[in-house]
Amino acid sequence: MSKRIIEGKNLVKSYDDTPVVKNIDFWVKEKEFLTLLGPSGCGKTTTLRMIAGFEQPTSGTIHFDGKDITAVPPYQRQINTVFQKYALFSHMNIFENIAFGLRINKTPEKEIQKRVERMLELVNLRGFASRSINSLSGGQQQRIAIARALVNEPKVLLLDEPLGALDLKLRKEMQVELKNMQREVGITFVYVTHDQEEALTMSDKIIVMNDGLIQQVGSPTDIYNEPDNAFVADFIGESNIFDGTMVKDLVVDFAGVRWNCVDEGFGEQTPIEVVVRPEDVMIVPPAEGIVTGLVESVIFKGVHYEMLVRNGDLEWLVHSTDLSHIGEMVGMRLDPEDIHIMKKVMDNA
Amino acid sequence: MVNSFRSILGSVFKNIYTVLIFTFLYLPIVVLIVYSFNASKYAVGWDGFTLEWYVKLFQDRAIMKAFYYTISVAVLSTLIATVVGTFAAIGIHNMKPLRKQLILNINNLPLLNPDIVTGVSMMVLFVFFKAQLGFITMLIAHVTFNIPYVILSVLPKLRQMPKDILEAAMDLGATPWYAFRKVIIPEISPGIVTGALIAFTMSIDDFVISFFTTGNGVSNLSIYVYSMARRGINPKINALSTLMFVSVLILLLVVNKRQGKESKKIL
Amino acid sequence: MLKKYSGHPYVLWSGIFIVLPLLLVIYYSFVKTSPATGELMFSLEGYRTFLQPLYLKVFAKSVLLALEATILCLIIGYPIAYIIANMKPKTQKIMALLLILPMWMNFLLRTYAWMTILQKNGFLNKMLSLLGLPTVNLLFTDGAVLLGMVYNFLPFMVLPIYTVLSKIDKGLIEAAGDLGADHKMVLRKIILPLSIPGVMSGITMVFMPAVSTFVIPALLGGGRSVLIGNVIEQQYLSVYNWNFGSAISVVLMIFILLSMGIMKRYDTDTEGEMNLW
Repeated sequence: MSKRIIEGKNLVKSYDDTPVVKNIDFWVKEKEFLTLLGPSGCGKTTTLRMIAGFEQPTSGTIHFDGKDITAVPPYQRQINTVFQKYALFSHMNIFENIAFGLRINKTPEKEIQKRVERMLELVNLRGFASRSINSLSGGQQQRIAIARALVNEPKVLLLDEPLGALDLKLRKEMQVELKNMQREVGITFVYVTHDQEEALTMSDKIIVMNDGLIQQVGSPTDIYNEPDNAFVADFIGESNIFDGTMVKDLVVDFAGVRWNCVDEGFGEQTPIEVVVRPEDVMIVPPAEGIVTGLVESVIFKGVHYEMLVRNGDLEWLVHSTDLSHIGEMVGMRLDPEDIHIMKKVMDNA
Repeated sequence: MVNSFRSILGSVFKNIYTVLIFTFLYLPIVVLIVYSFNASKYAVGWDGFTLEWYVKLFQDRAIMKAFYYTISVAVLSTLIATVVGTFAAIGIHNMKPLRKQLILNINNLPLLNPDIVTGVSMMVLFVFFKAQLGFITMLIAHVTFNIPYVILSVLPKLRQMPKDILEAAMDLGATPWYAFRKVIIPEISPGIVTGALIAFTMSIDDFVISFFTTGNGVSNLSIYVYSMARRGINPKINALSTLMFVSVLILLLVVNKRQGKESKKIL
Repeated sequence: MLKKYSGHPYVLWSGIFIVLPLLLVIYYSFVKTSPATGELMFSLEGYRTFLQPLYLKVFAKSVLLALEATILCLIIGYPIAYIIANMKPKTQKIMALLLILPMWMNFLLRTYAWMTILQKNGFLNKMLSLLGLPTVNLLFTDGAVLLGMVYNFLPFMVLPIYTVLSKIDKGLIEAAGDLGADHKMVLRKIILPLSIPGVMSGITMVFMPAVSTFVIPALLGGGRSVLIGNVIEQQYLSVYNWNFGSAISVVLMIFILLSMGIMKRYDTDTEGEMNLW
């Protein structure tokens, strides 16, 4: 088991009595690619900034490599950050930007030369050393920001929504590059994003946050397939959430029908919520369906057709590679493993 | 047909008007320069080309002293104002809104007030505290009206500066002082330079405030010209004007060339 | 840290050298040395003296002359700003530079130059007699002072107007044309209204110094043209009546601040930034 390189305990951050991070515990394992995922305002960036040292926790502690760094200023932490807006020094050329941290550490000139060159190779910008920052595109600037942080060989790299300003194609390319970089360099990455697809693609582990609290911690597959609550289910991927009743272990009632499922431990006759992923719904001729419904809309999405099927009061979101037509009656089937049961959360809103 | 005639007429009028205006603007300067070479003492008729006024100019101790004081006050006050003003701008930039507005309003007073009021009020201050009017008081006055220009040039640059580069510097290991020296100052340096240039220009050209805050025989060029002009025409002043005009012209051309090179570099 | 205390030295400096002097002037405007006891006493005599017809006339004359100069600058300056704004960008830069260049000449020297031109045997009269026209005696008149004001302050009117005009989105003019407006209408309904901030700026930058100047009337007006600035100078330096001098200064300050307050309502710039052409 690799050790915990960062540990946050009972972290709270408030601004003028308004809490933004409401008491969270988390840890990051060495060499792990951890993502803090959540909507705007959920506290993920604040948490990252507390790890970096730009914000002081209102209460709670942060440990780095076993030592308490809560009061340590950012310039003394062995952690480096890649900023959302790159924060490159426009009055210096690329070489000087990357060399900035090394110069502060009084690294010998020859070594600086070597390491900067190596970094430029790593981010695929060989030969750019003497260029000015202004001549770079957004994607290139982002890579320089990464190089500038990584050249200092920190134990942990923090990334604050670094790909937000890039166009879709470039973003997807960079996601792969970053993941490869992390594996190659072998350091811990703590990544912040609101894009759940990005999180699922890159992470070893995801911490889902909302409203200052941690909603779920797990691997991408865990979170996607077994969301703990309605928020996570709704935030990750698209899902159908239906009210239902857990009859007993392995049996659940919803959509007016009794289904076999694979979850247990929810008690008997307990009101619960059912999560069904759109791509798990199988469209079959009406006679073969467990439930039937009327197709209300069909949108071609390239990879699949997105359909809304009305079944009584319920609207089912279905992703299918086969085309159905509006007004058609269809049957729907689900495998027991594809029915996910969640505890019913009382509405706190 | 009619339209093109109208537009030709329009552009003729435009050109004539433009020429008239610029003639008006440059006439006095040209007259000054031309008559600086005129052997006639009273700028009346043309008596022949001569350089004697230039010679007499450099021999005139009073003028040379005034020139020396003008330059030294300008240089010193610009240096002091630039340093104080830059630090002040940084402080103001980080102030809470209410305090910020108050200080900015006070800062604007020397710019908004007529210079006679600024000059008179500083004189009153000095005399009230029984300070002797002279070089030091003039210097203090110049620093006081120069600082606002520096602040108003640096502040926008601070606002434009992305706030995360300070954090980025600290993240990479820079102490706040190191970050200040190596990151903040270079980022705002165009504002500092512009502010210093404006301060220097204002200082060289100042008359009213210097007039009221100096004493003890310390004059700058403006004061000297004022006292001479009240006594009547003097071609040495013409020679002085010509020299000053030419140096300003050269300065502007040099600055312009540098700006041209700078913008080419970025492209 | 640095950020917190960086501004403190200046706060102190401005307190001593900006605020305190003004407070002292206000103080002196209400204080006079009693002729009897030689002690300082509260007195409104300075203000009362200001309200005498003699001085009110001087003040009115200063304001009037400044207004005339401002209006002249506006009438002369707006067209030239418009012309320059419609030139090709490269030409514009050169023109703007040519406009600024005279301002870099020492202001006293420029005023002195007009002395030489306007004197009895000066350049102006020489040209007039060459053309067979009668000579004029302009120096040491109110006319000369007005001329001096317009000459010195014209660029301050032209530049803000030019800046605003050159920033008008060409797309707006095209859109207006597209909607059927002819040249005159575009000028009246689009360009003129949009240039108001520049005009206000220019008016402010001309009127304020014009009202308070004392060099121009001293040099070009001789002893005959006395404006409020000259009175202040005399009271402080010759007559040594600080009470009266301060009172006039306070009145002038209030007048200027009031005028600026009225102007500010049209000013779109905020936060006191320098619009350095």
